[in-house]
Amino acid sequence: MTTEPVLEIADLTVAYRQGEQWLPAVRDFSLRFAPGETVGLVGESGSGKSTIALSVMRYLPQARVIRGAIVFQGRDLLALDAEKMRAVWGNDLALVPQDPLSALNPSMRAGEQIAEGLRLHLNLSRDESERRALSLLEMVGLPDPARAAASFPHQLSGGMQQRIMIAMALSTEPALLVLDEPTTALDVTTQAAILDLFRDLIRQRDTATLYVTHNLGVVSQLCDRVAVLYAGELVEEAPARALFDQPLHPYTRGLIDSVPRLRPGPRAAGLQAIPGQIPPLGQRPPACVYADRCPLAIAICHKERPPRDTPEPGRAVRCHRWPEIQAGEVSAGFDAEVAQRAPVTAPSEPLLDLESVSVQFADRRSLLDVVRKRPARPVHAVRDVDLQLGRQQTLGLVGESGSGKTTLARAIIGLQEIHSGEMTLLGARLPSGLAERPLELLKQVQIVFQNPEEALNPFRTVGQTLRRPLMRLRGLSRREADAAVARLLADARLPESYARRLPGELSGGEKQRVALARAFAAHPALLLADEPVSSLDVSVQASILNLLGRLQAEHESSVLFISHNLAVVAHIADQIAVIYAGELMEVASTEALLQPPFHPYTEALLAAVPRLDPDDQPPPIRLEGEVTGQAAVRHGCPFHPRCPRFLGEICVQQRPPWQVTEQGDRIFCHIPLETLQAEQRAIFPTLVEEEK
Amino acid sequence: MARYLLRRLLFLLLTLLLTSIIVFLVTQLLPGDVCRVILGREVGEGALADCRERLGLDDPAALRYLRWLGSFLQGDWGESFSTRSLIRPLVLERLENSLRLALVTMVISVPLALFLGVVAGLNAGRPLDSLISIGSLAVVGLPEFVTGLVLIELLAFRLNGWLQARFGISPFPANSSVRPDATFGEALPMLILPALTATLVLLAYIARLTRAGVVEELRRPYVRTAVLKGLPRRAVVWRHVLRNALLPAITVIAISFGWLISGLIVVENVFNYPGLGRLLLFAIDRRDLPLLQAVTMVTVFGFALANLLADLLYAWLNPRIRLGE
Repeated sequence: MTTEPVLEIADLTVAYRQGEQWLPAVRDFSLRFAPGETVGLVGESGSGKSTIALSVMRYLPQARVIRGAIVFQGRDLLALDAEKMRAVWGNDLALVPQDPLSALNPSMRAGEQIAEGLRLHLNLSRDESERRALSLLEMVGLPDPARAAASFPHQLSGGMQQRIMIAMALSTEPALLVLDEPTTALDVTTQAAILDLFRDLIRQRDTATLYVTHNLGVVSQLCDRVAVLYAGELVEEAPARALFDQPLHPYTRGLIDSVPRLRPGPRAAGLQAIPGQIPPLGQRPPACVYADRCPLAIAICHKERPPRDTPEPGRAVRCHRWPEIQAGEVSAGFDAEVAQRAPVTAPSEPLLDLESVSVQFADRRSLLDVVRKRPARPVHAVRDVDLQLGRQQTLGLVGESGSGKTTLARAIIGLQEIHSGEMTLLGARLPSGLAERPLELLKQVQIVFQNPEEALNPFRTVGQTLRRPLMRLRGLSRREADAAVARLLADARLPESYARRLPGELSGGEKQRVALARAFAAHPALLLADEPVSSLDVSVQASILNLLGRLQAEHESSVLFISHNLAVVAHIADQIAVIYAGELMEVASTEALLQPPFHPYTEALLAAVPRLDPDDQPPPIRLEGEVTGQAAVRHGCPFHPRCPRFLGEICVQQRPPWQVTEQGDRIFCHIPLETLQAEQRAIFPTLVEEEK
Repeated sequence: MARYLLRRLLFLLLTLLLTSIIVFLVTQLLPGDVCRVILGREVGEGALADCRERLGLDDPAALRYLRWLGSFLQGDWGESFSTRSLIRPLVLERLENSLRLALVTMVISVPLALFLGVVAGLNAGRPLDSLISIGSLAVVGLPEFVTGLVLIELLAFRLNGWLQARFGISPFPANSSVRPDATFGEALPMLILPALTATLVLLAYIARLTRAGVVEELRRPYVRTAVLKGLPRRAVVWRHVLRNALLPAITVIAISFGWLISGLIVVENVFNYPGLGRLLLFAIDRRDLPLLQAVTMVTVFGFALANLLADLLYAWLNPRIRLGE
């Protein structure tokens, strides 16, 4: 690189205080940014990504920089005093953080939050700053900038909030933009739209960008170069294409392999998971930090810290064995956990049968309404859902947030009364309310929640948590239960000693293993898994998915797997149901669903999944807005307000028919299947190719 | 917002109705026979029966409650058993006195407490914070009659004596027994010492809550956004932090106002101030049920109204509630 770098991070070491000691969370980290370059920084949680992002922003109230320099436009940021820093902040250097709602002042209008920075740095008058804020809001693609500017943050959707943060960050044309997981808190469809926006805005200007994320797909779509961080160390750095083509560090390889891909066809193998976890601060090995988890580790890896090598210009790697990896003599791929469960595609004996199940929430009536005798307007959370799940099958339920996925799961397990319809489990009617279900039925349906942090009682040991369903639902004695707990832990690949631990002493992945063990403790016929891996790192996600598959096979259970991530669902499910605004849009076997024709909503979800291959740009099909309440759509198709293939009046006025393809793919749409198929084959060549 | 207001007003009415029932029941359940209290111990059965008949004490409780509530609402609060005078003018006069004292106390305590709380919060963990926190806690730990007496000693005796010698004035009277017809201006000097005493009680409470609010808001990501915008610290604090940090204090301030109206029994007694608190004590002391009922109803109304105002103010200042669904 001949150009002067915008930013150069050199040998940065940042430490956090733990008791009396300062323990380094980032060690000897170096990275350069050319003007206009987008660099991705990836790693699992705990790798030190955010510490680096905030170091670059020079905003580290809790941490201390032990050594190193951060040179930005020729100035060492670490040497600037607070006053000089204020001229840099928000002017040359801007941050877009993870959660836009908490990053915006709740009691200040959005427009003003942008305008105040403009007045400060560009000396604009109040009028000028407000006008400029409006044009910025228009630039970031808000449909009604004036309304957005006058809104308070809580009145805007997550995607709109993040657009406001982006407008704020770009308002002064900064030389460097730091994006810290900017789409992690958003829906996949919103994420896709925000990524488009980044792509456009970054290409348009000379802004260098540091993109911090755990999502490899996002990195491959957006970044010129990628830096991989593990336990506070840069283990590999390379141009994006080279990194995904041939990763040289075993950790990079592990991360890439643990991402579920979108591809049709039988899933032969389980996902490749990286065993273990990042060592905590203070327990990081002095030699290679990754040696303990590395499949290629040899004696030297535990003795000597690998140097930062440069295999080719523009690449860097810290591994003793990269030459062998590059030459193809060894492979860092793990032995994929063999799939423990053969796909169940043939119709099996039905286990769960939902017939026109509807759940309504009564709209809150105001006092005035009561006086006027206006009846309560019901809001359909789930409407006329027909769904069958066979024995030992896995049914994936996919949709954006607000689509009614969780409500349907709550109805099945009995936490939510249904308004109409029939639920049948094992041939017998499943009563709607939990109170009407005998113990035997309670035992048959179990659930795993999204957030294991909140699902386990923090004051009960793992053993107590696991013993409860064993004694209560299976009627085991205390002694039998204790023996069973040991078996459950072993099945969940957890050491027996964990029975005495409290949830606070476990990692996120371990907690989810406990939650899975608890759910399977009762030998349920049906397990509801509500986004069980959404809050986990990819490497951990893979191992949890593998564990779920294995436990399901051992217990011969059926699984209803809920997720917003179509790639994850496609990996684990035999059948997939796509739900929008409480209504099913498409139901099919995984194979059939991943081949055209798709329902237009399925198509949009597929297009929103970030691809791992930098050359495989997703088709530009984007959904505007978010799932709306269904009170408005009574007769037509609930998806029509957002449908990219909207036909016209027919979609508004008439309920679509259920069309069925030869492979048994049921699609709830007015558009003829042949039309969908022809157009979609052209848009999704990769999915069609692999089909051959 | 209009709907919110309507709902809150309805709740206020319900609260008052419920308290009126409770107040009535409690005063009925108090031990002792009212007529015995009125007529004295050495009275014949016949006179007692007459008295009961006259006061309607033998009617069913529900009837007596409705009768009492009806006349109370019409402004007929009855006659005091002990003083034989009409209750309403007495209570309203005391209420006015209490409101005066509450007002003066708020004017002194609220700005001071908010200031101390904000300063402590912005300097959390530093010596200044510890000084403010420990200082205000030490003061609140002392009972009011102690702080009241200390203030009398310091201000009414020593400072007054010094001022008298030098300038011929003594602005801090130790006795606050204002005349019933005194104007606010005339009463003001007598209000200062009791108000200061009440301030010392409230100060730590409001200041610590404010401090907690500031500390909590400072940790929020939007403060980081404001700092990373390049705003000077002054602007970060004034424009961003305080707006959100002072919200919780509003509720406490309003509840304190309710307490000031009715709960200043000790302070009013130390300074001999004719407020509702002393009247309440008097009514209890004399087993004066109609007076007790009236005073309780008025103070409960004051409390509920203060709470309502707090909620409305909170909702109005907080866009998440004002514009929420």
